[in-house]
Amino acid sequence: MNAKNHNSTRFLKKLGSGVITFITAGMALFWSIPIVWALIASFRPANDAINRGDVWFSSSLSVENYIRAWSLAPFGQYYINTVIIVLMILAVQLVTIVLAGFVFANYKFFGKRWLFFFILLQMMIPTSALLAPNFATIRWLGIFDTRLAIAIPYFGSAFGTFLMRQAFLEVPRDLVDAGIMDGCTWWQLILNVYLPPSVPALVAFGLSSATWHWNEFLWPLIITNSDKSRPLTAGLVRFTQLGEIGAQWALLSAATLMVIAPLFIMFLIFQKRFIQSFLHSGLK
Amino acid sequence: MRSRSARKQFNPLVYILLAPTAIFVAVFTVWPVLLSLYQSFFLQRMNIVRFREPTFIGLGNYITLFTDQYFLQVIKNTFSYIIGTVPISILLGFLFALLVNRKLRGIGLFRLAFFHPMVLPMVSAATIWLFFFTPDYGLFNTALGFLGYSGSENWTGNPNLALLSVIIVAIWKNSGYYMIFYLAGIQNLPSDVYEAAALDGANGWQVLWRITFPLLRRTTVFITTIAFIDAFRTVDHIFVLTGGGPSRSSTVLLFELWQQRFEYQNIGISAAITVIFVIILLAFTITNFIVSERKEG
Repeated sequence: MNAKNHNSTRFLKKLGSGVITFITAGMALFWSIPIVWALIASFRPANDAINRGDVWFSSSLSVENYIRAWSLAPFGQYYINTVIIVLMILAVQLVTIVLAGFVFANYKFFGKRWLFFFILLQMMIPTSALLAPNFATIRWLGIFDTRLAIAIPYFGSAFGTFLMRQAFLEVPRDLVDAGIMDGCTWWQLILNVYLPPSVPALVAFGLSSATWHWNEFLWPLIITNSDKSRPLTAGLVRFTQLGEIGAQWALLSAATLMVIAPLFIMFLIFQKRFIQSFLHSGLK
Repeated sequence: MRSRSARKQFNPLVYILLAPTAIFVAVFTVWPVLLSLYQSFFLQRMNIVRFREPTFIGLGNYITLFTDQYFLQVIKNTFSYIIGTVPISILLGFLFALLVNRKLRGIGLFRLAFFHPMVLPMVSAATIWLFFFTPDYGLFNTALGFLGYSGSENWTGNPNLALLSVIIVAIWKNSGYYMIFYLAGIQNLPSDVYEAAALDGANGWQVLWRITFPLLRRTTVFITTIAFIDAFRTVDHIFVLTGGGPSRSSTVLLFELWQQRFEYQNIGISAAITVIFVIILLAFTITNFIVSERKEG
């Protein structure tokens, strides 16, 4: 009796688990439709327009959409611009956040609380809210329509400072004291004592910063005016609005995937690290 | 604030090392707020010659905005957008987290399916969705057709549906992002509570709503904060999908700000909108901070 009861509960559990798997798979499939469709559509031959017949599959595959998209807009230049902007922001941020995080973790000084609050203001007021006055500042600095103009508002990062301060506070105090006893200068203290155990925090910040700036659109849109500084996102939107593109969905899909590809492939390879970094960085 | 060295003496090094960060914050966060506050008291329009030079008009810009039916519509749209995106994406994030929190072959693929949209640029996501919303042969209409809906709607071109289509894309893009926070939260829950609940004979629903969800309260507060701020600051998809239209039915606050400044060249009005925007964000952040501090005790 007891055993039979046990068996039927097990059966129900198995059935339930199967149903849940089925639901999960269904929703996962549903959620992936846009990217899967774009991938399939991008390889569709141009002479087989999507609005005639099957929106999913065509009789043959072709890479001509990628070649045409590449020739219709300077995507090569857009790639270079995006990569330079992302790396420039990252390079400067890594220096500024390490220095600021170090100061807040290591020293006691006059005005510490206020300076910390002052810097945290940046986390409360997202830069996108300030694009009109920042545009004026960029004009005044005389760097309108440059890659530097896209990057410069992000050179200091309150979030990064906060993250590094937290990471540095985890470093055992004895280690720091030993460093001081050994006569470490402040930069030796950073390089030899604080940084080595804080590399994971730095990587987490770097990945989320790179993702964020690779994907950013509105600020680059208003601060660029030519292809020499325009990043991929702004370039893509410009591309979709080109007169000769119209409703050529296969072509648009190819262009869209070109914009997504490098970061997305990186994401697929280093999924765990990306997820960790997103978990660290709710607020930018 | 906890501190390492007890010496509290004047040390110029400290200020030198902080200077880069402090200067960038001052120039690109604090100064623009002050500049907008100042400019919001002036009438200045760059595309009309006689209004190029700023004229002091006191609260004129604010009065203009709050008596303008159109601007009130933008505020309403913004709230509709927030109500439409924030709760649903959070609930979906929670649901996805529950679904994929299992040890199962291929579960990684399911997780990927839910969170991959978050690494895509919003403009790319919107470009793909633009096709889905196309009238006649767009996939969205086809899918609705299967469900028995007859009309083939022009989603992004219909004033009643444009904002909804923008909301749908935002939900698709963000739910997976919120899922990873819930997933991490669920995996950190203490197992002894569940064992106790199982002994008490609680069923699945009771466990879910009486134990899991309340224990994840902090996660929910955190996700709500980032979801709210994200709803305010992301308008990229509006540029691609609707351009704020038709007849401005999908224009939200930030899009309006962009339009006033860069399309209509209206410095005074755009400064006033910036100030309103900043006040909303600060009020939200500070309230949130006070609430979470008090509850944590």
